[in-house]
Amino acid sequence: MIEISNVSKSYGDTIVVREVSLQIPRRGVTSIIGPNGAGKSTLLSMISRLAPMTAGTVKVDGLDVTRTPSDVLAKRLSILRQDNRVGSRLTVRDLVEFGRYPYSKGRLTPEDRAQADKAIRFLDLQAYSDRFLDELSGGQRQRAYVAMVLCQDTDYVLFDEPLNNLDMKHAVGMMKLLRQAADTLGKTIVLVLHDINFASCYSDYIVAMRDGAVVRHGPPDVIMTSEAIRDVYDMDVEIQEIQGRRISIYYT
Amino acid sequence: MREQRQTIPVLLILTALAVGVIVLFMTLGAKGRWDFVLPFRGAKVLSMVLVAHAIAVSTVLFQTVSHNRILTPSIMGFDALYVLIQTSLIFAVGSAAVTDFDPRLLFAGEVALMVAFSSLLYRWLFSGNSRSLHLLILVGIVFGVLFRSLSGFMQRIIDPNEFVLLQDRLFANFNSVDSNLLAVSTATILAVSVVAWRFMHAYDVLALGRDPSINLGVNHNRVVTIVLMMVAILVSVSTALVGPVTFFGLLVANLAYQLAGTHKHRVVLPVAVLLAVICLVGGQLILERIFAFDTALSIVIEFVGGIVFLALLIRGAAR
Repeated sequence: MIEISNVSKSYGDTIVVREVSLQIPRRGVTSIIGPNGAGKSTLLSMISRLAPMTAGTVKVDGLDVTRTPSDVLAKRLSILRQDNRVGSRLTVRDLVEFGRYPYSKGRLTPEDRAQADKAIRFLDLQAYSDRFLDELSGGQRQRAYVAMVLCQDTDYVLFDEPLNNLDMKHAVGMMKLLRQAADTLGKTIVLVLHDINFASCYSDYIVAMRDGAVVRHGPPDVIMTSEAIRDVYDMDVEIQEIQGRRISIYYT
Repeated sequence: MREQRQTIPVLLILTALAVGVIVLFMTLGAKGRWDFVLPFRGAKVLSMVLVAHAIAVSTVLFQTVSHNRILTPSIMGFDALYVLIQTSLIFAVGSAAVTDFDPRLLFAGEVALMVAFSSLLYRWLFSGNSRSLHLLILVGIVFGVLFRSLSGFMQRIIDPNEFVLLQDRLFANFNSVDSNLLAVSTATILAVSVVAWRFMHAYDVLALGRDPSINLGVNHNRVVTIVLMMVAILVSVSTALVGPVTFFGLLVANLAYQLAGTHKHRVVLPVAVLLAVICLVGGQLILERIFAFDTALSIVIEFVGGIVFLALLIRGAAR
């Protein structure tokens, strides 16, 4: 379980996240939604110790993320952010094998290689495993990065807008894959999403943020109501139930 | 797989070349007794190998932490600080007094001052909320300009005879290395290299960037600070030993990336060091045997190295 208590973040006088307290349950997919500038990515960065918090604590399975040694945490929790650019020329396999670094410190054991193979197969990247990252399309590269964090084999996997730059087909593929990782590998997946319909269809739990605070949280059928979405986005949308899923019609 | 096929031959060829130029340098055109020639040239070779090692390692590591393959430590104002120290010394006490100093003391002072400057700069920039490496580099550049202008000012109002002496100290020079300093430098550089070796596994991860390396459990701030300190010591020692030669680090580092064919520092670092040895010893060989000391070492290295570098770039772009 990820326990967030009274976490705040401010840059000078600007408060980006204000006193957020939240518990993210173990296993399953949790989505964080909200308008631009709501503090979603900042919250994710603080949970994953990429950014220091101004106040409050975050505990992952009882470990305080700011006090626990970074390499211990790296075996429990991994994060993938939006823009990933690597200076050195890496092949897909090189990148995925980096996911084993917390365990092997650069000296790969046969087991590490097996894990990397598994992650490559899980993401269906076998055909590209010896290609260089700069020779891949955006979708393939995104999958290679996801393979790296899955290869890290942590219980908690955090993604900041994993659907960025993906077309319909790849976006759906990515969401199915994350769902599968949660269901078959028993992972706890936390995502920041912009498309609330993806959040509705694939998550077990939705956290809605606005102006640095959590305004609503609950299972999709509680969040996916016209009233709740108005609270979060300040926008009137119609929610319809289509084939058992709650879909918002917000395009017009 | 393709990396291993390429790595071992490259390392072997470079080692053979490096040993070759060293042997040539030691033996070619020797006209005296061997028991004089060998120690005399041996000291020169040792100083060149030390400087080559220091510059190659510091440039590669600096480029790894700054995620930039065009920057070198000299951009952080190291060379300029060295020039400033030399200029202020001669300006303040005069060249006669400077030559009277114990060279070891002077050397220790120079290294201490340069390391102090760099650690102050890093500490100040890394302690606050702004952990931006780009800001650090920008500040380094501005300091470099400041140091250069200060030196320029002093050099202009100094006695012309003193200025000639000063200029002599400011060119990279392997002919006037003090053997006492050589022992101290060897010890320092060895010590730093042992520390550098212990962090070897972290460099590849650091090259991925800040967020991915934290995600993989590297204590980013700590490791980057240690790396920058090591770079500061290596550059300071080599500059204090022979004068500023940091530009050629850019050359060997980039050649090493091209030749190594892998991102792994375990391979890139030795390749860079071997290349640096070949460049320095080979350059000095050409300087002494072909041009009979009529030109400066940096001109030889930058001319030959520059052509090779351009050729590699053009070939790489065409591929």
